[in-house]
This record gives sequence, structure tokens and C-alpha cells, in this order.
Amino acid sequence: MSKRKNYISIIFILVLAFFVGAFSFPKYLNQGVDFVNEKISWNFPHFWDVPFELGLDLQGGTHLIYEADLSNIESDDYDSSMQGLRDVIERRVNYFGVREPAIQTQQKGDSYRLIVELAGAMDAGEAINEIGKTPFLEFKEQKENYEEIIINNQNVFETGEGNLEDPFQSTSLTGQHLEKAEIGFGNTTYEPLVLLQFNSEGGDIFEDLTSENIGKPLAIYIDGIPISSPVVEGKISGGSARITGSFTAQEAKDLARNLNAGALPVPINLISQQTIGPVLGEISLQKSLKAGIIGLLAVVLFLIFFYRLPGLLSAFALMIYVAIVLSLFKIIPVTLTLAGIGGLILSIGIAIDANILIFSRMREEINQGKSFSTSLDEGFKRAWPSIRDGNLTTLLVALILFWFGTSFIKGFALTLSVGILISLFSAIFVTKNLLKFFEGTKLEKIKWLWK
Amino acid sequence: MIPFLKYKKIYFTLSGILILASLISLILFGLKPGIDFTGGSILEIKYQENQPSNDEIKESLADFDLGEIKIQSSGEKRIILRTKEISEEVHQQVINKLEGSQELRFEAIGPIIGREMNEKTKVVAILAIFAILLYITIAFRKVSKPISSWKYGVASLIALGHDVFIPLGVFAYLGHFYDVQITIPVITALLTVLGYSINNTVVVFDRIRENLITNKSMSFKEIVDKSLNQTLTRSINTSLTTLLVLFAIFFLGGETLRYFSLALILGLICGTYSSIFLASPLLASKST
Repeated sequence: MSKRKNYISIIFILVLAFFVGAFSFPKYLNQGVDFVNEKISWNFPHFWDVPFELGLDLQGGTHLIYEADLSNIESDDYDSSMQGLRDVIERRVNYFGVREPAIQTQQKGDSYRLIVELAGAMDAGEAINEIGKTPFLEFKEQKENYEEIIINNQNVFETGEGNLEDPFQSTSLTGQHLEKAEIGFGNTTYEPLVLLQFNSEGGDIFEDLTSENIGKPLAIYIDGIPISSPVVEGKISGGSARITGSFTAQEAKDLARNLNAGALPVPINLISQQTIGPVLGEISLQKSLKAGIIGLLAVVLFLIFFYRLPGLLSAFALMIYVAIVLSLFKIIPVTLTLAGIGGLILSIGIAIDANILIFSRMREEINQGKSFSTSLDEGFKRAWPSIRDGNLTTLLVALILFWFGTSFIKGFALTLSVGILISLFSAIFVTKNLLKFFEGTKLEKIKWLWK
Repeated sequence: MIPFLKYKKIYFTLSGILILASLISLILFGLKPGIDFTGGSILEIKYQENQPSNDEIKESLADFDLGEIKIQSSGEKRIILRTKEISEEVHQQVINKLEGSQELRFEAIGPIIGREMNEKTKVVAILAIFAILLYITIAFRKVSKPISSWKYGVASLIALGHDVFIPLGVFAYLGHFYDVQITIPVITALLTVLGYSINNTVVVFDRIRENLITNKSMSFKEIVDKSLNQTLTRSINTSLTTLLVLFAIFFLGGETLRYFSLALILGLICGTYSSIFLASPLLASKST
């Protein structure tokens, strides 16, 4: 490696160090910029301030897994039903004002799942209540012996004997066919009412139903309870309908919401809940960051104490390493979880191994009386197979953990893998060029710096 | 030069005792799987003022069907309650009943999810072990004389088994006396130990291979001793730096990462020990 190439590399490393450092911790740079701007009344721009994405365990939030009961759905419609379910729940959650809720569907063998992640501070219990409501919307028509049943029911009421019977029977029109419901107001009366819009299939069924039931009531049931039974005035095509009744505006609004909610008749069942309060999230974040900083400092002190000048250089390389990894996490972006931070901290300890292998080897070569530059080259060359093999095994396990693991494992394995890859760069390229910089200088002769 | 091989009986005895102790601990106490694997609920709360005694808490919750309630302290005025899996409804009632407390965390894992995690973790563990086996086979395929390559493989495997088995024994002990559970983080840590701890063994074995080529006149035992001496400092130093950060996590990193880092610390210490005092002496004793 020529001197010229070495200088170019050093400049590259310094520029990189500045950028990744500033990108990882823009706060301090921007404070400096503010200070300078104030002093010389100039207007230097701020450095990009991209925040880290924090996982639910660090910012607080709820992770819910629901299982969908698709037993009443044709298997061909599973995917679309799940998609519909997802949309409905997204609407409900948005109603709650949660920032960027993440809702995914997932298939596990025969089981269809819905994973809901709600970040930030909120009442998890109420969110669960709201999500869990699956009102089942049905349209029912009169049974053929409607009159008979009514009279019979009347008798049951009066005598208290016998059983009540529902005078209405189910039709094929259910909430599955509802596209949306919204609150509206009558043209002349300005009375609150609920407007329904069916999908095309629902529109056809509704058209048939209304033409068959002119002059008769068509009952709307939610969760098996009759809500209203408007009398059909004529055949309705086009798939839109309105429910009138003596609603207050609030009632109409609630009904519209409930209908939207019940627009997909897939019952769901909560099978896993993990809720981390924002207080605990903050504690975890502070604690893990503190552990990371103390760990990093301990490693840096150890390196300088044990390896003198090369130790100092590798400590610098290690700082650059941490800044590169943090920058990558911001750019990709990688959601930082507690497990991820654990992986990152562990990778600090592992990242420095390559340098330790190289320095040990260098020392051996220097002790054998070889020149500085020969020792340097030999140190890197001969330590490489061990570095490669060693990192390969850890990376191999980390990748397997990432591909097949559950969420905790994934977060850990991801940061560990990224860390290992970047550490090879920092240990080899950065440290080597920094060391090369001293080749042929006076410092090279001062033996105690290198041993 | 330290004559490592001279004292190999001592190392073998020490490892033997530790493995036997772990075995007894595992048989007597068994491992306590966490709710990640069995299903169940964890509720962590913080008391604002006075924390009632564990018995008082248990008594106040006696009306609910919570199964066996386990209460652990998790910091100042903070406690963790472990119960069987409870529904959201019961959860809210329990919260209301625990007066003067603030909820920090609640997890309820159903048995289905637990079973899945269990299976998934098994698959991951088997794959990871398989990958390490494959790696060992490939890494040492080229070495022959004076001992064949599979012996390197067997020696490193025995060392690896030792590195994972002893921490498991410790966790069985902790599980029995301190109610420490085997959770997904602990399993993750032990699998990572597999990948990381093989490194130190590989470093020593690499050096043995190198010395075999450059020092034709030395006996195999001399070469092993020489290689161990050459690599001793770096083996200790690489582990030491990693242990430094792990101890930082253990003492400062909070509850969730505590046993995760403990598993890594135990695995790493065993791994460093076994790469120096177990794998290479085993190799040397097989060559005769």
C-alpha cells in the first residue's frame, strides 16, 4: 500500500467518522451550529436529525395476536376475509388515534392470525375492548308464519308459558356484504339516519330481498339483537339503503360505527398480549443505553491499557464502528428493541476481537525482531483466517436465528449480524490504515507504544 | 512456556465435576420453562407509596382464578406477578384490585402461542447446532497427520457441549432456588454461545495446524503446548472484552436482559476455559 493511498484512505475514514458520528448524534453538532450561528450571526444549516425507530418494548405499547375464526367462510375467501378484517380493525384503531398502528395478517398452518401493534401511551385495555368487538350484522326477513309467531309470542308474554320464537329468519345478506355505513340526514326532515352501501354481490341480494318484501319489514340485527325493522317501500337497486328510526345524531353515529365494525363477520379471539407501559419502556431504554456506554468505555480503557497506541487506534475504530452501525439503523431503518440493543452491545465486545487477534500477532512478529511494516502486514495476513472463521461461525448462528427465530431472537440476531459485518470493515480497513499512517514515522521506533 | 498438557488430569477432573454437578442439578431440579413456552401471564407493577407484603397481595387476589401466583421483586417497590394465562377482563379486574399500584407491563401468552414458540425454538436450536457441525466438518477437513481431521471435530464438539451444558445446569439450580426461568432470551444466548465459543477453539486449532507445518521436528504434544502458549493471551483478551460488555449489561441493563447476559457470561467463561483446557488437551490425548 503506497503512502498516497494510505492518506486518501485516512481522509476517507475521517470524513466517514464525521458523517456517521453527526448522523448518529446530531444533537450535539446542532447545538454547536446554533452556538456558532449566534456568535457570528451566520446561518449554518442543521445536520439531519433522523430519530431512531424504537420498538414497543422501549417506547411502550401493546402487541396483540388474534386468531380469526374462519369456520363460516369459504376457503377461497380466506385471504380476502382476512384483508377485510385487517381493514376494519385498522379503522377502529385509527379511531383511537394511535400513531402508525401496524396490523398484519399471518397464516400459521390452519390458523389465521391478526397481529396488532399499537405504539405509545394509551389504555391497552380499552383498545382491546374496542378491537375485540365484532358485531355481527344480519338482515332478516319475516318468516312465512310471521303472524302466527307474533300471536304465539303475545300469548307467551301474557301467560309466561312456552317459548318465544324469533319471527324473523336469516337471509344471505350479512355484514360481509356491507362496504360501509355512515351517518346521514333526511332530505326533508333533517332527521339523523344511517346510510348503507353494499358491495355488488350484496347489492344484488338486497335488490332481490326488497323486491320480495315490499310492504313488509326487513329487520336489521346486530349480534342477534334487532336494531330496527324498517318497512320496505319498494325495490331498491344500486346497493344502497338507509336505516331510519328515531335516532339521535349520536345514536346514528354509533350505529354507523358498529355497522362498519360488524361489516366483516369474522370473530376474533385474543391469544397473546404483551403490553409494556411507557414508564417501563423509558427505564429499559435508559438502562440499556447506560450499559452500552459503560461497556464501550470499559472496552476502550482495556484496549488502551493493554495495547497502547494500537489500542487507542482500535478504540477510535470501535467508536467509528458504533457510529456506522447506529447510522445504518437509522437509514434502513431497523426498529430498535431491547434485544436489538443487547445484540449491539454484545457486538461491541465481539467487534474488537479481530483487532485483538491482529495486535497479538503483530506483537509476536515485532518480538521476533521483524520491522514495523513487516510485522504490520504479517499481523493482518496471518490473523485473517482466524478472524474470518471466527466471525463466520457467529454470523452463521446469527443468520439462522434471524431467519427462523421469534421476534425477540430476530431483533437480537439482526443487530448482531449487522454488527459483525461492519466490525470486519472497521477492524481491517480502518485500523489497518490508521496503523499504516505511523509507518516510517518517528513514533514507529518508540517500542513501548506498540508492545 | 506453560506446560499445559502436564496438568490435563486436573482440567479433565474439574470439567468432569462441573458436568456431573450440572447433570445432577438438571435431573434433580429440571429446567423451568418461562411463559414464552408454556403460556401464562406476567404482570409487573410499581407501588407509588407503600408496597404490601407478598401475602397481602396474594390474599387480595384470592377471589380470582389465577392458578398459583408467584411474586418476585424486580426493583424498588416493583414486583412481578406470574399467574396462569388470564383474559383481558380478569386482567383489568386484577389491576383495579391492586390499589396504589401502577401497571408497568402485562403479558398474557396463550398455550397455542407458547407451543408454537416451543417448536420454533427447537427448530432454530437444531438448525444452529447442525450449522456448527457442518462448519466444523468443513473447517477441519484438510488437516490430516498426525491426527485425522474428525478428531479436531470431536474435540471441539465435546468442548461445545461442555460450554452449553454447564450453563444449563446453573439455570436449573437458579430455577429451583430463585425461580429463574428458561425464556427465549436465555435460549438465544446459549445458541449464540455455540457460534461464538467455537471461535476460541478454532483460533487454537488454527495455530496447531500452522505449527504442524512450520515445526516438523516437534512432537505433537509439544506443538499443542506451544500453540496454547502462543494463543493464550489473545484467547483471554477476546473473551475479556466481550465479558466486559456482558457484565455491563448484567449489572446495568435492566431486568429483561439480565438472564440473557448471564447465560452468555456463563457460556463464554466455559467456552474460554474449554478452548484452552479441554479441547486441545483432548486432542493431544487422542493422538497417543
